[in-house]
Amino acid sequence: MQRIGVFVCHCGTNIAATVDVSKVAEAAKHEPGVVYAVDYTFMCSEAGQNLIAQAIKDYGLTAIVVCSCSPRMHEATFRKVAEENGVNPYMVEIANIREQCSWVHKNMDEGTPKAITLMKTAVAKVNLDAPLQEGEAPVTKRALVIGGGIAGIQTALDIADCGYKVDIVEKEQTIGGRMAQLDKTFPTLDCSSCILTPRMTEVAQHPNIRLFTYSEVQEVSGFVGNFDVKILKKSRSVREKDCTGCGVCMTKCPSKKIPNEFNRGLNFRTAINIPFAQAIPNVPVIDKEHCIHFKTGKCGICAKVCPSHAVDYEIQDEVIEEKYGAIVVATGFDQIDLHKFGELGYGVSKDVISSLEYERIMSATGPTGGHIVRPSDGKEPKDIVFIQCVGSRCEPDDRRGKTYCSKICCMYTAKQSIMTCDHIPGAKCHVFYIDVRTPGKMFDEFYRRAVEQYGVDYIKGNVGKVTPLPNGKLRVHGVDLLDQKEVELDTDMVVLAGAIEPNPSIRPLATKLTLSIDNNNFLNEAHAKLHPVEAATAGVFMAGTVQGPKDIPETVAQAGAAAVKAVALLAKDKLKTNPCVAQPDELYCNGCSVCANVCPYGAITYIEKEVRDHGVRETRRLAQVNPSLCKGCGACTVACPSGAMNLKGFTNRQIMAEVDSVCQ
Amino acid sequence: MSVIERTASPEAMLEKDTLAYLGPAEAKKSEGEFVPKIVAFCCNWCSYAGADSAGNARASYPTNIKIIRVPCSGRVNPLFILRAFEKGADGVIICGCHPGDCHYTTGNYYTRRRMALLISMLDYIGVDKGRVEVDWVSASEGARFAEIMNKFADKIRTLGRNVRLEDIRCRN
Repeated sequence: MQRIGVFVCHCGTNIAATVDVSKVAEAAKHEPGVVYAVDYTFMCSEAGQNLIAQAIKDYGLTAIVVCSCSPRMHEATFRKVAEENGVNPYMVEIANIREQCSWVHKNMDEGTPKAITLMKTAVAKVNLDAPLQEGEAPVTKRALVIGGGIAGIQTALDIADCGYKVDIVEKEQTIGGRMAQLDKTFPTLDCSSCILTPRMTEVAQHPNIRLFTYSEVQEVSGFVGNFDVKILKKSRSVREKDCTGCGVCMTKCPSKKIPNEFNRGLNFRTAINIPFAQAIPNVPVIDKEHCIHFKTGKCGICAKVCPSHAVDYEIQDEVIEEKYGAIVVATGFDQIDLHKFGELGYGVSKDVISSLEYERIMSATGPTGGHIVRPSDGKEPKDIVFIQCVGSRCEPDDRRGKTYCSKICCMYTAKQSIMTCDHIPGAKCHVFYIDVRTPGKMFDEFYRRAVEQYGVDYIKGNVGKVTPLPNGKLRVHGVDLLDQKEVELDTDMVVLAGAIEPNPSIRPLATKLTLSIDNNNFLNEAHAKLHPVEAATAGVFMAGTVQGPKDIPETVAQAGAAAVKAVALLAKDKLKTNPCVAQPDELYCNGCSVCANVCPYGAITYIEKEVRDHGVRETRRLAQVNPSLCKGCGACTVACPSGAMNLKGFTNRQIMAEVDSVCQ
Repeated sequence: MSVIERTASPEAMLEKDTLAYLGPAEAKKSEGEFVPKIVAFCCNWCSYAGADSAGNARASYPTNIKIIRVPCSGRVNPLFILRAFEKGADGVIICGCHPGDCHYTTGNYYTRRRMALLISMLDYIGVDKGRVEVDWVSASEGARFAEIMNKFADKIRTLGRNVRLEDIRCRN
């Protein structure tokens, strides 16, 4: 029989306001095995932990039940207390009387009886707990960063500077990401490329960093400290080691009418292409979908003109297998498809463009060489309307957009209006907004500069419609909520600040890495406040806009945080493994293989073993679980027809006992 | 399956002191209003976290729903559900990660198949198949978790008391 101590936490008033904690502790004293029960204001505090330590000594406790917040919050804390005081950490059970009781029920009449039941259930389980021993697994001292934007670049550099090997996997042909597409950055108006490209070069030259561009993560298996990753390195059809990046092939390529993705389709590129001059690596890729040679077998001009004979149509895709200790996901964002907002003229008029397209137009490396012109006729616009929150802060039933605030649009719109006035003297900018949100260092000052110094006309209100006029202008129909009147403006160009969303590539990647994502496809952190860069899957971290909308400084800061977390993991020589793994009972196992068929990790193998049953010696085929591969999902326990398979920490008897207790 | 022992002695189950703490929910039952007993199996990674999110959002659901944490919805043996009915549960709901999002890759697919089979057999043994439900809740769907629980509790309330499988020796 266990000697159980029950510790009931008030959590200040979080629990105590709707649960009579003293009654819970009192009721615990009557449960089988319970020798001590007490309530205290904050069990997780040092004083609370000391209380548990003292009770272990005074009452010779062998098992502990803590009635407190979710086990996802403090199970580790209380296991550590137990371990430090000589009780096996797996002899601790948590009754979740905060998130699943006091916070969802309104008063003590409701909360107290439920809390008592939850306490009893935990006691019933802990009575059947057995001490478990953690195994040890080595750590592969290499990190994988998925995504080569500013988040991935910064993470990789920080990890590499700590002395660990890092691989970056980037699906595009160059690193740089969205930041490479931007013109200037708010609020300092630094040139985006000028601050980014030195970092890109640093990545390329760093002895600890390997770069896999034009590559994708194909398969991930293993676990924290020991991930096995298959990376698909797609064929560029150009040998990287021979290419000098001279660009002759691009000038001679006859397939020239392909929309240029880097410039958001505002101009055309060739089939063999380097997206921008500072690309890393500065090696072209042949787009097989559009290349005449790959379509018809003819042409081959690029191979002929290449002075270093680097073009090779025979190069095949390659799969690279590598082991990693930690993985950082930094796949970034994309702007939503604005074609859904036809009433605002996107897709109808060429002069209605997205803010990211406008960045390309403003950029010196863009399709117009940095001259702001209308895409339709190439004329300089004298009047521009910016519309904010296109697809951001939508009503939940408006399926075209997002309910969240995209966070960066207010600031880049202020920047774009300032830059427009700088580029085109005498230009007039109007901004339609719902709210102007400028929380950040020097942000509000920057916005006020746009209004006061540059005379940008901020109009609080929505735009209902943009109609192209026969004279080439665009008529903007909106409302001015402050003056309470309708507004009609004839303008030369309309820029839509479209919502940002996680890059669509995160969806399949999240499945491969078993990451948790929210309704908008942003990654969920292990804890919103205390584990902001850790994923719920151990050993996986996140940086940048894959976690939520954020600007460049925030992304860089988060990348540093993710790097530190990854390094803290890589610095360990051994990791403790989860002891809650499957265990077959040799007496019941008949070697039928059903469990091995359902195991997603291939953790179950079979051995021929000589056993003695009722005095008879015989050789039997028995299931055997490799504890370092088993992750403890329990699928095999249910599949086993003879009930031989069990899961440590969640045994059949324990769950049955919980069921009994709940139904009592 | 090995023999399951009672964890609490009958004396402890009938402990007068603990009965004294039973709140109005139980009191209502004695007055005749039906308060169903509902067991919710929640996987650790999505639904249990979803229930925590419901707590964070203070999204309320009935007290008579009690959550049992399992590593994966695929850990839920149909026998656990029959056991719950035997012990007097009126409804059982199993919640896992959305299909395709299982932390263990495929666990919830097994759940889906196993429970479809179990539900079809419930009809055969005379238990209303509406008493068992399977649903998917992700870690961020606190509001959805509460909504599912409220709906399920309402459904069980209309179905009434489950007497078909109940072991009368378990009544106290």
